[in-house]
Amino acid sequence: MNEASAKGGRLGIVVGGSLTGGMEVKLDSATPIEEMTVGRYVVIEGQRSRFFGMITDIELGAIDQQLTITPPDVADPFIADVVTGTSTYGKLQITPMLTISGNAASLLEGPQPVKTVPAHFSAVREASEQDVELVFGQEDEKHFYVGTPLDMETRVCLNIDEFVKRSNGVFGKSGTGKTFFTRLLLIGMVQKGTAANLIFDMQNEYGWAGTSEQGSKTVKGLKQLFPSKVALFTLDEESARRRKVSPDYVVQIGYDDIEPEDIALLRETLNLTEPAIEAVYQLVSEFGEGHWLEGFFNLSGDEETKELLTKHSIHESSYRNLRRGLERLRRLPFLVPRARENSVQRILEYLDRGMNVVLEFGRYDDVTVYVLVANILTRRIYAQYRERTERSMGEKVDKPHPLVITIEEAHKFLNPSVAEQTIFGTIAREMRKYNVTLLVIDQRPSGIDEEVMSQLGTKATYLLDNEKDIDSVLMGVSGKSELKTVLSKLEAKQQALIFGHALPMPVVVRTREYGSADSYKEFGFREAAELKRKAEEEIKELF
Amino acid sequence: MSNKIGEVIEASTGEFVAECYELHTPPPLGSLVRTTDGEIEIYGIVCNAATESIDPGRRPVARGRDESEEENIYRQNPQLSRLLRTTFESLAIGHGQGNEVRHYLPPRPPRIHSFVHICEQAEVRRFTESLDFLSILLQSKTGEVDEVVSACLRHASRAHDDGRAFLVRAGKELAVLLGSELNRLNAILRRIRL
Repeated sequence: MNEASAKGGRLGIVVGGSLTGGMEVKLDSATPIEEMTVGRYVVIEGQRSRFFGMITDIELGAIDQQLTITPPDVADPFIADVVTGTSTYGKLQITPMLTISGNAASLLEGPQPVKTVPAHFSAVREASEQDVELVFGQEDEKHFYVGTPLDMETRVCLNIDEFVKRSNGVFGKSGTGKTFFTRLLLIGMVQKGTAANLIFDMQNEYGWAGTSEQGSKTVKGLKQLFPSKVALFTLDEESARRRKVSPDYVVQIGYDDIEPEDIALLRETLNLTEPAIEAVYQLVSEFGEGHWLEGFFNLSGDEETKELLTKHSIHESSYRNLRRGLERLRRLPFLVPRARENSVQRILEYLDRGMNVVLEFGRYDDVTVYVLVANILTRRIYAQYRERTERSMGEKVDKPHPLVITIEEAHKFLNPSVAEQTIFGTIAREMRKYNVTLLVIDQRPSGIDEEVMSQLGTKATYLLDNEKDIDSVLMGVSGKSELKTVLSKLEAKQQALIFGHALPMPVVVRTREYGSADSYKEFGFREAAELKRKAEEEIKELF
Repeated sequence: MSNKIGEVIEASTGEFVAECYELHTPPPLGSLVRTTDGEIEIYGIVCNAATESIDPGRRPVARGRDESEEENIYRQNPQLSRLLRTTFESLAIGHGQGNEVRHYLPPRPPRIHSFVHICEQAEVRRFTESLDFLSILLQSKTGEVDEVVSACLRHASRAHDDGRAFLVRAGKELAVLLGSELNRLNAILRRIRL
């Protein structure tokens, strides 16, 4: 970066454009085009207000067509100097995002969405650190610092309050840093305490310790950072013991907790046929709700089985198909005929106390298990939340504490064929009516139901290169084609495009450093903020 | 002043012709000269020079068949310097009064017999601070405009501390003015590079 640009130096002037298509900017001849990068912030000094925008495309222009056919002799430095910026020039495509008006009233309101364009020949300069800070706020009780914009040292902060109000998504190809960023977001939510978290931690990444971005060393998980705010649940005590982690609670799930819908959701992973799923519903009518699975496993002898099959006209092959599938579940040690205790109740107790619960899957990192357990637990928890919220409307008791449920491999729960049935589909659609929202993590966003995608409030996406995935992530966003360019040019690691409710405008960030002693220290921010607030209150009382 | 080189003998708004006091010593092509209309100073760029007989009806004849050196011809025929004269044409490109310089045509042409001075380096530097005169120069109908422009810029660059920076600045101005005439631009650029 040269000296001029460090100070937010002038880049060029607006020469055309439109609100929908973005502004066209001719670069000054002194501005080296190769220093411009897509995704960088600029400020356009309009006559009445300043416009904050992002570079979405960079183009080379020539004053005359002939120049491209008979290029000048640029081997001569003199001629090269002369033609740069005059006969040949650089052009930027800039999408204006926000306006910052000069008057006092609008200074208080902060940046507003852009509704007009700057006049012809308005000067364009690189956004200074102060400009970016004005837009993305400073870290405080509501804002959590997630990273820095490209080529800048300023902090981009998410409004965590807004963030938890809706379901959100983190997307990106495998190995780009989804888990890493999710861990940051979770830390943010735990730190600010705006919502309780329930995390279905498939790879044991969030609870006690996780792998660093390079994958070479381990970094601290939530429990180590916030021991008093996080409870560690596990499905696999043995794995936890081997990893030298002491869980707060070992989850068991009783057969009576499994409902036909859970099995329907597992149709693909258990390789079940449609008639086999039908048979499950018939089993329920035979044995009664809550007893069907146990009844099914207890079927003794061919006689009894045959009788049942004839009674409900279940085909022999469907039965065998179902048995093969369900036997797989039976082998799971945490699945027991009678659970020792009601795990859901336990989780709720913790969540009620404002604790965050991480459920580790230990060795059971198989998708079948993940989908089954997450669905069973979430359905119960959601039902409880729903009941409490409804009660709170009638009886004027407090609404339950907002809950954010984190799920990985989200397309397994939210693909168009099952999104209608699973509890996650319901949560994503009904949003925050009952104070429960989702944090969805996935590498194939195109596999997620469109309706669900459109309801996500804030999306963070790492590099995606599948056209369908990109389209589904950017669906319904204004300036889609420009963001598409930005998205496909992200670096393979650490860079994410974040957009949605928790931010005033889309932003490409280099994600915050995590894993060093300093970074852990910074997460203690909440304590400092609390102290400050207390001090302020005391001052108020004094005067 | 010693830089007085001649007198205006023909004048119009756009250009003026001056006769040199010394035979064969016109100011170099493209150099900046200054004359006056009595009130304001008029600046011109030398665009052509010629030496010919005073009487158009009497053309000079060759005289040096038996001479071994050219200078001997003039020594043997002292009348020659009276019968021949050197004139030069200048394109008016600006005018000024005191410290003020304007880069557009003067309101009146210079008077006949106004003295013509060749500008000193400091004056050239002051005049060429702004490159607005280039557009007048390029529009001129004189035959060798591009040659004049390049010669003028080469001269002016010597008056500036950073000659290269000046030429790059001038080149950029030309690139804009000659946006659609690439060949002309290239020709001039090739003539002014250092």
